[in-house]
Amino acid sequence: MAAKKNQQFDPVETLQAIEEKFEMVQVLNEEGEIVNKEYDPNLSDEQLEELMKRMVYTRILDQRSISLNRQGRLGFYAPTAGQEASQLASHFALEKDDFILPGYRDVPQLIWHGWPLHQAFLFSRGHFKGNQMAEGLNILPPQIIIGAQFIQAAGVALGLQKRKKEAVAITYTGDGGSSQGDFYEGINFAGAFRAPAIFIVQNNQYAISTPRELQTSAKTIAQKAVSAGIPGVLVDGMDPLAVYAVTRDARERAVKGEGPTLIETMCYRYGPHTMAGDDPTRYRTSDIDSEWEKKDPLVRFRKYLEAKGLWNEEKENEVIEKAKEEIKAAIKEADGTPKQKVSDLLGIMYEEVPFNVQEQLDIYKAKESK
Amino acid sequence: MAQMTMIQAITDALKTEMKNDENVLVFGEDVGNNGGVFRATEGLQKEFGEDRVFDTPLAESGIGGLAIGLALQGYRPVPEIQFFGFVFEVMDSISGQMARMRYRSGGTLTSPVTIRSPFGGGVHTPEMHADSLEGLMASQPGLKVVIPSTPYDAKGLLISAIRDNDPVIFLEHMKLYRSFRQEVPEEEYTIPLGKADVKREGTDLSIITYGAMVQESMKAAEELEKDGHSVEVIDLRTVQPLDIEAIIASVEKTNRAIVVQEAQKQAGIAANVVAEINDRAILSLEAPVLRVTAPDSVFPFSQAEQVWLPNAKDIVETAKKVLTF
Repeated sequence: MAAKKNQQFDPVETLQAIEEKFEMVQVLNEEGEIVNKEYDPNLSDEQLEELMKRMVYTRILDQRSISLNRQGRLGFYAPTAGQEASQLASHFALEKDDFILPGYRDVPQLIWHGWPLHQAFLFSRGHFKGNQMAEGLNILPPQIIIGAQFIQAAGVALGLQKRKKEAVAITYTGDGGSSQGDFYEGINFAGAFRAPAIFIVQNNQYAISTPRELQTSAKTIAQKAVSAGIPGVLVDGMDPLAVYAVTRDARERAVKGEGPTLIETMCYRYGPHTMAGDDPTRYRTSDIDSEWEKKDPLVRFRKYLEAKGLWNEEKENEVIEKAKEEIKAAIKEADGTPKQKVSDLLGIMYEEVPFNVQEQLDIYKAKESK
Repeated sequence: MAQMTMIQAITDALKTEMKNDENVLVFGEDVGNNGGVFRATEGLQKEFGEDRVFDTPLAESGIGGLAIGLALQGYRPVPEIQFFGFVFEVMDSISGQMARMRYRSGGTLTSPVTIRSPFGGGVHTPEMHADSLEGLMASQPGLKVVIPSTPYDAKGLLISAIRDNDPVIFLEHMKLYRSFRQEVPEEEYTIPLGKADVKREGTDLSIITYGAMVQESMKAAEELEKDGHSVEVIDLRTVQPLDIEAIIASVEKTNRAIVVQEAQKQAGIAANVVAEINDRAILSLEAPVLRVTAPDSVFPFSQAEQVWLPNAKDIVETAKKVLTF
């Protein structure tokens, strides 16, 4: 006998109703036109220009990093092109006191938060000096374990709340990261404590090769916020103005004591997962690539700023030259850093070196002095 | 001085450090209003407020991440993992994250977290509550692993653990929580981490042990004494790092040793102690160093606990093999 239909509550309909609510927020369309005036964050001309500079600079940094990696002059590198709006416009809504817990692709936000470029290069090369954080620089080294940063962000945010600071913890992962247990535990803990956190899922469509639709039956990742009882928002991750606006609003709610927000930025990485042998042609077609390239954040923002008379080729070239020079100088500085020794590493395992480590430290120091 | 059980001494240590340092936070599952399932945090929320003593959602990995994040904001977190058998849920936070925070940041960031957790057999818990997993913890560089065997030691060691600027796994044997009382000073005192305690001096054999096996070893030593053997018992108290000086000094005096642990035989602390003795004092030995351990199965269902756990009789038997070698 078929179960009698429940007249008062239809779970299927309810799910559909919730999913329909998660429309993608867009302010600036692919043509560089404002399509959502009410949500335009109304950045000043200086701010608009600064954000454009950062995006151009970071695109150059990405191109140079890829070629430096190919020359064997950089190590681990996860390309960022295509994600500039998602990364830099969200960062643009932050303050110096805000604490960033990045994934491994989130080097650009760290650099714009104050991580010196030569240290980012040392990190890429696997040198411990890269991760030595200056006092007052509120960042962690890029996280390698997918999702681990989400639970830590809940902790940093709870700490900020207890210290009564007007600051937030912001953390980033990808669409694959939203399948991890730590993703759910992180948003749930922060929600339960109403901690000032911003959780960003940069949905770049592929977790290495696994497509987004294999990660979850959920229509959007943003709707996962509902399960934790916190606000979630889906945003065009290639639209710098929309990403800025939703992050700014999330930050405002957080510092007012209204708790965390989950943001899904819909975006694309043009390059491979990392430079360690990933071949995107195994899992994406060039048709898909070119569809996404039409949405490019730099192209649309450039059009928008040019129409406003805020941007031109000369300005663009200035930024490109500056980026190239600074990258060159930073590589030189990284090259000049003394090679790390085993004794450097043994010496930073504990505050007080235990006997077993001390014995090994002595052995390596003797070897190294020969 | 007051007579205290180990659980009372632990509560007393937490109170002492919460009074001393406002950055000390206590949190976990049911630790607030309920005072913990073993009452280790009894009365703390009332005394120090919900801001410093609080319940978390039921998720061990989240508790670990929370501790790391709070430490990054200058707090000194003392989370409780309700039973150490649940530690697998929080292994990344412990081994992947806290243990490497100092190293990964080139020495600029730390995780001064003390994870307290009940463990150990003989109290008929459901399965996956009682495992001795200290060997797993001790194999992770960056951690310290502490296991008190008495109320007095529990207080002094826990205060040291909380003050330590590196992550400490503080394991509390469930059978010892209320098994006996001891004089425990009401004032604060510390016992240094990494220092063993000679529980009983002797000249014929060293029994090197820790946790609940200290009591079994003491019983065994008394038994052996009746047969005219003078037995030294060393309580390691910290299993990572080991007090290598105390171990070697004892072995060089007695020339014979056994290592006793409640955990299974494979890998683990006892194997490590044997290897250290082998490295440093093999020429002092008159006999092989043998181990008394649980067998290499997973921790048994509760009906089999009493026949599975090592006891004083097993220790006497193995000691005799070494004494008559």
